Amino acid sequence: MREMRAAFGATTADLVENDDRVAVVLAEISTDYFADALRRHPARVVNIGIMEQAMVGVAAGFAMEGFHPIAHSLSPFMAERPYEQLKVDFGYQGLGGTFVGVGGSYDYAAEGATHHAPADASLMLAIPGMEVLVPGHGDEVDRLLRATYANGHPTYLRASVATNADAFDVAPGRIEIVRRGAGATLLAFGPMLDRILAASEGFDVTVAYATSLEPFDHSGLRAIAGAEPRVVVVEPFYQGTSAPVVAETFRGVPASLAFIGVPRAFIHGYGTPADLDADVGLDVGGLRQRMSNVL
Amino acid sequence: MDTRLTLDDVTALMRSATGDEKHEESSTSTLDALWVLYDRILRIDPADPGAEDRDRFILSKGHGPIALYAILAAKGFFPASWLDAFLQRGGHLGSHPDRTQVPGVEASTGSLGHGLPIAAGVALALRAKGLTEPRVFVLCGDAELNEGSNWEAILLAPDQRLGNITLLVVDNHSSEPDMSQWRKRLGGFGWDVHVVDGHDHDALETAFRFRHDERPTAVVADIPAGEW
Repeated sequence: MREMRAAFGATTADLVENDDRVAVVLAEISTDYFADALRRHPARVVNIGIMEQAMVGVAAGFAMEGFHPIAHSLSPFMAERPYEQLKVDFGYQGLGGTFVGVGGSYDYAAEGATHHAPADASLMLAIPGMEVLVPGHGDEVDRLLRATYANGHPTYLRASVATNADAFDVAPGRIEIVRRGAGATLLAFGPMLDRILAASEGFDVTVAYATSLEPFDHSGLRAIAGAEPRVVVVEPFYQGTSAPVVAETFRGVPASLAFIGVPRAFIHGYGTPADLDADVGLDVGGLRQRMSNVL
Repeated sequence: MDTRLTLDDVTALMRSATGDEKHEESSTSTLDALWVLYDRILRIDPADPGAEDRDRFILSKGHGPIALYAILAAKGFFPASWLDAFLQRGGHLGSHPDRTQVPGVEASTGSLGHGLPIAAGVALALRAKGLTEPRVFVLCGDAELNEGSNWEAILLAPDQRLGNITLLVVDNHSSEPDMSQWRKRLGGFGWDVHVVDGHDHDALETAFRFRHDERPTAVVADIPAGEW
């Protein structure tokens, strides 16, 4: 199984090699994945140092000159620290670029909350025109990155350490049906799929899988949920991040919606990601309990 | 380049615009330097504002853009009649320039501290495209250089040997923290610094013509305190 961070590095290096309009701007993070690319294409693969605001501004300069820039850092330093640059330099200016955050909500659990970013997806959704992708497997990182890097839109790709065992043939804005049942619909985003499949064993529910918040497969979810929608969303970021998106799916339709995600509180504990999953109720046992409460 | 209109015509165009009282000093203090750039230095063509081999100019200090708007109109990038709708509903010219609205405006600015990192990216991109002739000019105010994001780019440009970038600092002494000693501050980061009278057209032109192969240039246009 390929880790998402390694998959991002490999796919991006391949894009650099095969598309001379790809430019990569790094701020010291993950440079090991780009050793060859930095050496082979020093004009288009640049490690500027620990300066994330400039990283996004420099990427915008590349975009203004017709390149497809890809910028990357840990999630809090990709989505939060240079937020105004993402909003203005790309969103407002109407430029395309790809921003890959790795670390997800609390993947780097032992680092403390300075290195957590459960708000990344909701922040990115607040920038008009920003695509928000949530892969659940390294191979899905590859597919989503190749599908979007040159499409002219700003795109945030949320890579995580947490991963599912198997990849799907995903595409931006497409929901997959993983298991069919007669009851409610469980919609898992990205790395939550395997855990919700395990947690819902024995429940007569449909399990669906999404890897993008924007674009979002509104018609697909409406079709899956049926005439009397009962939908439980299981999301790897702050609980309710996807609520505006899913609510739009059922505009004008009576629907029962519930959201299970990361509680909106700073985490002061340490350990492994699995330890924090258990602490916040996002391990299999916790999910089963929380799911039972809302079904 | 259309040089039929003079600086006097530009000031008349500025007066024709409605408003900008809030940023009058910010506009006027940039006028001479901008005029020298657009009249004597920049290789740009209003008939082809996106030409690959053009020089690029970014007004990082987006506030007080009326001097830039008037010069762009004088040079033929858009009709002078647009100035009549400055800040007005239905017009194209706001209190901060929008690249999607105004021909000749390279970057949408307003939030301070964005233009210089973008300019560094443009300079890197030009190098990646093998374009060695085009230059990138970016105007920052002295107080704008309080913003930390600028200093990331001030560190970055010499490190990346960006000889194709020129930082124009219009120093109207509006910064509360003392920003003098430009040679020491910018020169210490590796920039070639030229401090000139911000109203002296010939001195500005001479400074703008400096260009090193691998060292960025800074031109500080000094506007004495109390002057515009």
